[in-house]
Amino acid sequence: MPRVLLIEDDPAVRQGTHLALRRQGHDVHAVPTGEEGLACLGTFRPDVVVLDLMLPGLSGLDVCRRIREREQVAIIMVTAKGDDVDVVIGLEAGADDYVIKPVRAQVLDARIRAVLRRLEPAPSDTARPRPESHGDLVIDRAGCVVTHRGRPLSLAPSELRLLLYLSASPGQVLSRQQLLEAVWEHSYHGDIRLVDACVARLRTKMGDPAGEHRHIQTVRGFGYRFQPVRAAQPATGSP
Amino acid sequence: MSPWTARARSRLRTALGGLRFRLVLGFALVAAVGAASAGLLTYREARTAVLKQSQDMVVNQFRDSVNDLVADISPAPGQEELDALVTRLARSHASQRWHVLVTYRDRTASHGPQDAFRVPPAEVARAVARKPAAVFQRARQDGQAALVVGLPVSYTAESPGRVPSGLAFFLVVPQSSEQLYVEALVTAIERATLPALGLAVLLALLVARGVLRPVRALHTATRRMAEGRLDTRLAVQGSDELAGLSQAFNETAAALERSVAELRGMEARARRFAADVSHEMRTPLAAMSAVTDVLDADAAELERETGDALRLISSETARLARLVDDLMEISRFDAGAAELVTDEIDLAESLHRTLAARGWTDRVTTELPPPGTVRAWVDPRRLDVVVANLVGNALRHGAPPVTLRLDTNRPPNRPEAAHATIEVADSGPGIPDHDLPLVFERFYKADTVRTRSESSGLGLAIALENAALHGGRIHAANRPGGGCVFTLHLPLRPAADETFRP
Repeated sequence: MPRVLLIEDDPAVRQGTHLALRRQGHDVHAVPTGEEGLACLGTFRPDVVVLDLMLPGLSGLDVCRRIREREQVAIIMVTAKGDDVDVVIGLEAGADDYVIKPVRAQVLDARIRAVLRRLEPAPSDTARPRPESHGDLVIDRAGCVVTHRGRPLSLAPSELRLLLYLSASPGQVLSRQQLLEAVWEHSYHGDIRLVDACVARLRTKMGDPAGEHRHIQTVRGFGYRFQPVRAAQPATGSP
Repeated sequence: MSPWTARARSRLRTALGGLRFRLVLGFALVAAVGAASAGLLTYREARTAVLKQSQDMVVNQFRDSVNDLVADISPAPGQEELDALVTRLARSHASQRWHVLVTYRDRTASHGPQDAFRVPPAEVARAVARKPAAVFQRARQDGQAALVVGLPVSYTAESPGRVPSGLAFFLVVPQSSEQLYVEALVTAIERATLPALGLAVLLALLVARGVLRPVRALHTATRRMAEGRLDTRLAVQGSDELAGLSQAFNETAAALERSVAELRGMEARARRFAADVSHEMRTPLAAMSAVTDVLDADAAELERETGDALRLISSETARLARLVDDLMEISRFDAGAAELVTDEIDLAESLHRTLAARGWTDRVTTELPPPGTVRAWVDPRRLDVVVANLVGNALRHGAPPVTLRLDTNRPPNRPEAAHATIEVADSGPGIPDHDLPLVFERFYKADTVRTRSESSGLGLAIALENAALHGGRIHAANRPGGGCVFTLHLPLRPAADETFRP
């Protein structure tokens, strides 16, 4: 039973969403302000935070940033249609997904389940698969742990899902639409900024330099490709 | 006639009919007439004065010289005496090139630089014979102006009156110096007239500029106003009619600017009001939308009427949510806040996905090129909205079969003009011709009877705005065989494509 922390200032919306999500089988804790939401993170230990961006006091964007400083809990933003700037900033701040107000409970439920779903290992891997090594990255699919040069990476759910999906087929170009459908379970016509923002966050966390030698490469006009990168080369380069 | 000459001619006609040309011409004419009449008068007066003075001088000198000579002349001089007389007379005025002739009865004697003077001019001789007084005449001799003077000699005796002696002197003096003087006068007048004319033209140009500058400023200002720059004002100088005109222009412009600003303000307020209303409706709608699924789930277990009522509330809440959503979208277009998030995608795939996502695959016949052949830089979400609105409209208001067709048009040598045409055709009754231009209006409903439909009435307006955002357009027409067709022209690459992701 997923534990959902709902941060929403309007009492009616809070009550309605609380009711609907509980009916969908979630364990919901609803609070009216960002401060209260941050305070109960440690005690309630949610799997996902449903965060309204329009909050009195501490803004939704600030709450999102503060959560990311400590936790890699899934964050779904609730925005008004047309608040494009907020969407972009929210995704940069580390939100995994967003929904547009007014949102039906079924849609919100589907998003929550999608972001929490673990990518199924390939059916052939009956035994626990061994960690894969891609250059300086080690990916343990069963344990959902990624280490970069021996240091474990702290990844948000959408980042982990994206990296696992991309690294499952190294060298293959995947379009943004494919990634939206597979990683976010959105439609083909979903918001490609989700993909772009998530790739940008992953690159930052993996310390990818700008330019050619990146773990995740942009193929202009087509999409993204995962390419293993060897351990740091000397600056002079190989012959 | 080639267009160039036609244009040149019309320009010439404009220049000749122009205020500047007319002013210059007028000034030049006035100056020319003034200078000519002044010159003519001056010439006449000066010439007369010069000639009269020289005549008087010559006649007086001639008379004095003759008087000196005739004192000691014999009453009936012989030929030798006459010869000596003229020689003395001519020598005394050699520098003036005097030709002297003397007659007494039938004897004559003459002397001069060239001895061409043998007979006195007939007219002068007759006048001299008629009355005892000096006679003079201007004549031309060998192409030169000359003065002919006749002087009869008479005795002044005690008896009353004069007694003619029969002796008559004649003199011919070339007037070359006087002629030169007059010629110099003509030259001087000519020389004065030309600068006067030039000065007149210059003055005319200056005056024309003074008049034309405000006129030209007015012209430019009117143009700027027509271009929509309503803050255009003229600098008012002086207090003449042109200044009054400029003042009137400024007042008109100010009034126009005020009322346009008022109208714009009203329009902006109306739009903001619509946006605010939608915005305010969203919070209660959010609460209602959240629980509609709960209502739907439980409606089946309730008493029939209560269940129907709940289902009605649920479906109408969804409709209201769609309407508010569309209103918000339109408000964003009005505010210019709509943005393109482009990606290069396969158009056939996108169209197919739009139909599949709404369960329309079985209801729409498609004519799509094979996957991978038509790729375009578009905002996939917005393209989905456009196609869904067009197809949805055809399914709701047209009759089957509904077809969706994708074609491309790639003009050679102009890659930037390459575009895709997406055609949605139905086989319904079509749209009345007078309604065709209105179908993209907000809340337009072709059929007043069928005012209740699933759509918000904003679908086609939103589709058009989305197409325009891509640099494309949508065209609505009736098909000859019945039904109507909506054609979306979509550039394969939007002109302002700055979406580049590293």
